[in-house]
Amino acid sequence: MVGAGAKKTTNGSPEVVKSGSGSSTMLKLKLKLKTKQQELLLRVSILCLVYVLAFITRLFSVLRYESMIHEFDPYFNYRTTLYLTEKGFYEFWNWFDSDSWYPLGRIIGGTLYPGLMVTAAIIYWLLRLLSFAVHIREVCVLTAPFFASNTTIVAYFFGKEIWDSGAGLVAAALIAICPGYISRSVAGSYDNEGVAIFALLFTFYLFVKAVNTGSLAWALASAFGYFYMVSAWGGYVFIINLIPLYVLVLLVTGRYSMRLYVAYNSMYVVGMLLAMQIRFVGFQHVQSGEHMAAMGVFFLMQVFYLLDWVKYLLSDTKLFQAFLRITVTTALAVGAIALGLGTASGYISPWTGRFYSLLDPTYAKDHIPIIASVSEHQPTAWSSFMFDFHILLFLFPAGLYFCFKRLSDATIFIVMYGLTSMYFAGVMVRLILVATPAVCLISAIAVSATIKNLTLVARAKNNNKVAHSGSLKGSTSSSKASSKASLDQSQPFQRNGAIALLLGAFYLLSKYATHCTWVTSEAYSSPSIVLAARGAHGNRVIFDDYREAYFWLRQNTPPDAKVMSWWDYGYQITAMGNRTVIVDNNTWNNTHIATVGRAMSSYEDEAYEIMRSLDVDYVLVVFGGVTGYSSDDINKFLWMVRIGGGVFPIIKEPDYLVNGEYRVDKGAAPKMLNCLMYKLSYYRFGELTTEYGKPPGYDRARGVEIGNKDIKLEYLEEAFTTSNWIVRIYKVKPPNNRW
Amino acid sequence: MVKSTSKDAQALFQSLRSAYAATPTNLKIIDLYVVFSIFTALIQVVYMAIVGSFPFNSFLSGVLSCIGTAVLAVCLRIQVNKENKEFKDLPPERAFADFVLCNLVLHLVIMNFLG
Repeated sequence: MVGAGAKKTTNGSPEVVKSGSGSSTMLKLKLKLKTKQQELLLRVSILCLVYVLAFITRLFSVLRYESMIHEFDPYFNYRTTLYLTEKGFYEFWNWFDSDSWYPLGRIIGGTLYPGLMVTAAIIYWLLRLLSFAVHIREVCVLTAPFFASNTTIVAYFFGKEIWDSGAGLVAAALIAICPGYISRSVAGSYDNEGVAIFALLFTFYLFVKAVNTGSLAWALASAFGYFYMVSAWGGYVFIINLIPLYVLVLLVTGRYSMRLYVAYNSMYVVGMLLAMQIRFVGFQHVQSGEHMAAMGVFFLMQVFYLLDWVKYLLSDTKLFQAFLRITVTTALAVGAIALGLGTASGYISPWTGRFYSLLDPTYAKDHIPIIASVSEHQPTAWSSFMFDFHILLFLFPAGLYFCFKRLSDATIFIVMYGLTSMYFAGVMVRLILVATPAVCLISAIAVSATIKNLTLVARAKNNNKVAHSGSLKGSTSSSKASSKASLDQSQPFQRNGAIALLLGAFYLLSKYATHCTWVTSEAYSSPSIVLAARGAHGNRVIFDDYREAYFWLRQNTPPDAKVMSWWDYGYQITAMGNRTVIVDNNTWNNTHIATVGRAMSSYEDEAYEIMRSLDVDYVLVVFGGVTGYSSDDINKFLWMVRIGGGVFPIIKEPDYLVNGEYRVDKGAAPKMLNCLMYKLSYYRFGELTTEYGKPPGYDRARGVEIGNKDIKLEYLEEAFTTSNWIVRIYKVKPPNNRW
Repeated sequence: MVKSTSKDAQALFQSLRSAYAATPTNLKIIDLYVVFSIFTALIQVVYMAIVGSFPFNSFLSGVLSCIGTAVLAVCLRIQVNKENKEFKDLPPERAFADFVLCNLVLHLVIMNFLG
């Protein structure tokens, strides 16, 4: 049903274009008005359909599983939203969370982007006010699809601003089902990106509008859009660097205008001031190196304006030349001195590692293992570009061509947005998300412009043919008809060609729609906290081990128990298990994470010392050897070794490898076979037959028989193992009596 | 050499002044306002350099208030200037309303930020 809806809307947009071009051929005023009304009606109904479609195509996971929060980070967002709705805003703002990062704790109010939580809480309070008795979880689950729907509306207006309303409609339809965006905004994926892409596109749209109109009100609106973006996601750095870059390009290419001055400066001043109200961002706009470009361009604009003004006042060019020389030298000198002093005195902080790794993709791999270890920070493969963009990937260059053909301030903006974000998307997988709106808009321009031209050709020839055949029928050879006929003969296949191309476009767009629906349903709608697999008979098997384990923790451990696990599971343990964790997904303290990594990769007695020093009561490991679940702790183990070894040189990666190879079978390194992680994962596994015809202790995730089947634990004891062995929890024994 | 430069500067200054004398009065008032706010910002920066920037948010809000006022006033000046062809169809009343709105937002935020 969803697929059918998708087809209807993507292919509905050419129809609008058709009727739009048709209106120009209709000469009677009465009829023209009528077609205009028809067009409006069509446009509104298509937008409504797209709005609904963008929402329902993201609901696969709710239908397949249940209304629940997905993955890792969303659990933290959910927990904080719950706190916000229960305790109110002031408590939330001043919240010191002692349940995470034991024994350090975390100041939640000052270390998070509150936009998402506040948005969800406002929606929740609004619904409550209208006496809809919803649970906050439902609101959180549906926040991302709701904002995706809003994004389509913004995309329509953006497309209208850049090109025309036809392109806007196509853009809305494309972005509604684009997999690159769906991957982060399915129902249940309650993460910052869900609202941030809306905020990003909205800010850009308002800024382009401000540049086009030169109005202070639009600039103010874009400053508010920027404020919302800053409150929602750390990706706002992209905006604060892209907009100055755009301004700079306009300056260099001689497209400086008063409108640009008004739009940029008022947006920058008000936006910066608003952004400082977010505590997590604070003074970064005047102190960190990532934000200096915007400030530099701000001052450059002032100098430029001053020069422009003086040039206007002075009639003598020679005098102006002298003035120019003086001002430019002074401005450059002052700027260089200020930057030099700021950097040297440490007042302007240098760029962060994440920023470096964007500019130089190999930086993280060499210097910061914790950034490199996250799978979504890996460079993007070609296949995932194809997977996420499908036909947009080759419509994108075509759209760029159209943009260059009709260059204006707005198209320059979208071209720059598209090119920079495409580069970043190539550096990091997760940044495909940022590129998606630009790719959709530019592709929409290509689709809209092409189809508009083709329908014009098809329709014009149609009319000519009618006229031509009419003249033949009457057997009167007027000069007009003959000239048309000669034009017809010069390009005999033009009309057929246009129709064939239109059919081709129709085919491609419907392919896109089916591809998107398929990707959404197969790849992006799994919650990853409940795993699904196909059984031997093709039936669906559900592994709900995570929630089983967290529920066990909640029910069977003392309320103040501290749980040690790898950081991936920290948010889930605190949110669902309601227990204190040592490290979690907010990876702000590398040393603390390295300590956990060290404990996991040490021998049991050494690990026991570390765990005693951290007051650990329970250890949780994720193990996929029984079910064949491949993203378990054994496969992540080398990262624990690397991160641990990065801080504690005692841990050496070669100790765990045999000839540079990572193995768990008989040929594995002795340190590997006896480290804590190995023991906890494979404890009593040697007694279990996992697959028919294989020896006991056959690890299905790695396809080998394990090397150490006789594991004895001295300082820990098994507390709980879930039904499919995916989560195993061990209790740390108290120290022995001395006598 | 020195003499010629100073002469040049003098000529520059003279011609600037004569050219500026032709500006309408309302623009001159805005210019005065801009100069005043930039001057206030400079005083604050000098004060910060002497005394120190300890309540950094207060310093920032003071300076940004002045800079913001100046920038917005320049925007207003651009929009009401009759010689700017780009803003022909923007009535000065609308420009002034936008200006007031922006200032309102700016100073509300600054009041929040002043601490």
